[in-house]
Amino acid sequence: MERNLMKGNEALAEAAIRAGCKCFFGYPITPQTEISAYLAKRFKQAGGVFLQAESEIAAINMVLGAASTGVRAMTSSSSPGISLKSEGISYIAGSDLPCVIINVQRGGPGLGGIQPSQADYWQATKALGHGDFQLLVFAPNSVQEMVDTVTKAFDLADEYRMPAMILADGLLGQMMEPVTFPEISAKPVEKPWAANGHGNKREHNIINSLYLQPDVLEKSVKDRFERYAEIKEKHAEAELYMTEDAEVVVTAYGATARVAKSAVNMAREQGIKAGLIRPITLWPFPVKQMNEGSKNAHTLICVEMSMGQMIDDVKLAINCSKPVEFFGRTGGVIPKPSEILEQIKKYAKGGNQ
Amino acid sequence: MAVVFERPKSFADIPLHYCPGCTHGIIHRLVCEVIDEMGIEGDTIGVCPVGCSVMAYDYFTCDMIEAAHGRAPAVATGVKRTNPDKYVFTYQGDGDLAAIGTAETVHAATRGENIVVIFVNNTTYGMTGGQMAPTTLPGQVTQTTPYGRDPKLMGYPVRVCEMLATLTGTALAQRVAVNSVPHIREAKKAIRKAFENQRDKKGFSIVEVLSTCPTNWGMSPVDALKRLEDEMIPYYPLGVFKDANAFPEKEGE
Repeated sequence: MERNLMKGNEALAEAAIRAGCKCFFGYPITPQTEISAYLAKRFKQAGGVFLQAESEIAAINMVLGAASTGVRAMTSSSSPGISLKSEGISYIAGSDLPCVIINVQRGGPGLGGIQPSQADYWQATKALGHGDFQLLVFAPNSVQEMVDTVTKAFDLADEYRMPAMILADGLLGQMMEPVTFPEISAKPVEKPWAANGHGNKREHNIINSLYLQPDVLEKSVKDRFERYAEIKEKHAEAELYMTEDAEVVVTAYGATARVAKSAVNMAREQGIKAGLIRPITLWPFPVKQMNEGSKNAHTLICVEMSMGQMIDDVKLAINCSKPVEFFGRTGGVIPKPSEILEQIKKYAKGGNQ
Repeated sequence: MAVVFERPKSFADIPLHYCPGCTHGIIHRLVCEVIDEMGIEGDTIGVCPVGCSVMAYDYFTCDMIEAAHGRAPAVATGVKRTNPDKYVFTYQGDGDLAAIGTAETVHAATRGENIVVIFVNNTTYGMTGGQMAPTTLPGQVTQTTPYGRDPKLMGYPVRVCEMLATLTGTALAQRVAVNSVPHIREAKKAIRKAFENQRDKKGFSIVEVLSTCPTNWGMSPVDALKRLEDEMIPYYPLGVFKDANAFPEKEGE
């Protein structure tokens, strides 16, 4: 298969087209603007709609409109822009619509910075808008994995009628790596619920998130949570690296997991039994894998490009049965392998033995 | 016996939730009559606002989508861009369209988005109990202007059609009213023209309909119709503010 050297953002965009995405609505923001630029060019050839919206708010609502008619729709942004989209994301979830949203995270809060960050973990997994709902959240760690994730995100979003997010960061978006695009068979999905004109052949379809009767609204939310329970059971993913005999296990996702893997390798060279658990899905969180991968560990170290957000889920996953330490850099600073190695050595030496 | 009047087929035969004397029912009927006459119910997708007409999705028998407050033109854009052969309309009130949704409205118009916007202006937020709207008249008493709207403090009401008529992407900007039979007939013609513009791919068409809110105005339905004539029309003159093809080079394509 052909290998291309591509920037992460552009690879994401190309992968979306190959996954059957028919439209993209976006608004410029660093460090993800290449997605828009690439699609503006490529959709013309590939046959699809690119539209630059007047705001992030408009862009996500255009996605809502397109998704309502049953087509695969996507938007992307970076942290401050995702905050603006949160209203629309809540409506999309409440209307049971599938779509894909990309967040190429940058430092925050506020305008923050434009360097890589993972400080939107809580937002993506706990509170991307008002109300009881979840998004599927994927955290790829390479350009190739981003490509592979796009199709999966669209497929699962369609299957479960819910929004999916690819939580990348400025590092993954901006770096270039060789990628191959798998032969994609965009699964044709029946969408009998779509509001695309009934053609006088069926009753009218209504796409809606308003339920004024509390018991009816409660039922619609509970139905959604039944689907969430199935997803938790079937679709949580993680990579376990050298965890079988590991006494110190690092947990990290996305770009940070690559740095952490280097640190684990360095530790192994020094005879330290270190391992890595890399969540690939952040929601659903890979609870089983977290327990499996840390079964022989006396200490876990959660490493993030934030002040510590995923660490809450790591502690919950293992029911706080072992100490979970934290090391993080934030504001756009990327942790160095040597810094993580230092942490591994600190705890391997018996800090928590 | 000849049938001289009947409920349009695309207007669901269920009770409306609107207050007595409210003119939403008339405006719904006019839109449905146009949809029926053009035979486009099966090819039409409507987008509802947040406001009194939030549940209009139950009344129109074409496919319907409920948008967030003010976002209907963006939702309609997403529908139309991916379904260019379908008819797409939004049905919005003044708070929805001219306050929280100003950006979506102006930019849908400036892009010449090929949709129909039915804009119902009753100078108040009806659903939430009668607060000041962007279209509330100077001196008008509402819940949030208990001493009357003072332009020095709250600014002046916005004339939406006049504003949108300045944009190249706007094909039709017309203001009508539904307080008398002649006005209602004129309103229907305007709505028909807006849908025909969409068929002919002429650009963004908005029909602003001056409407009444007897409940929140604290008036009888009859007095409310009189207020529309005596107070609203002088500030919001009826007429066509723009009628053009926003994309003339596309003609004949």
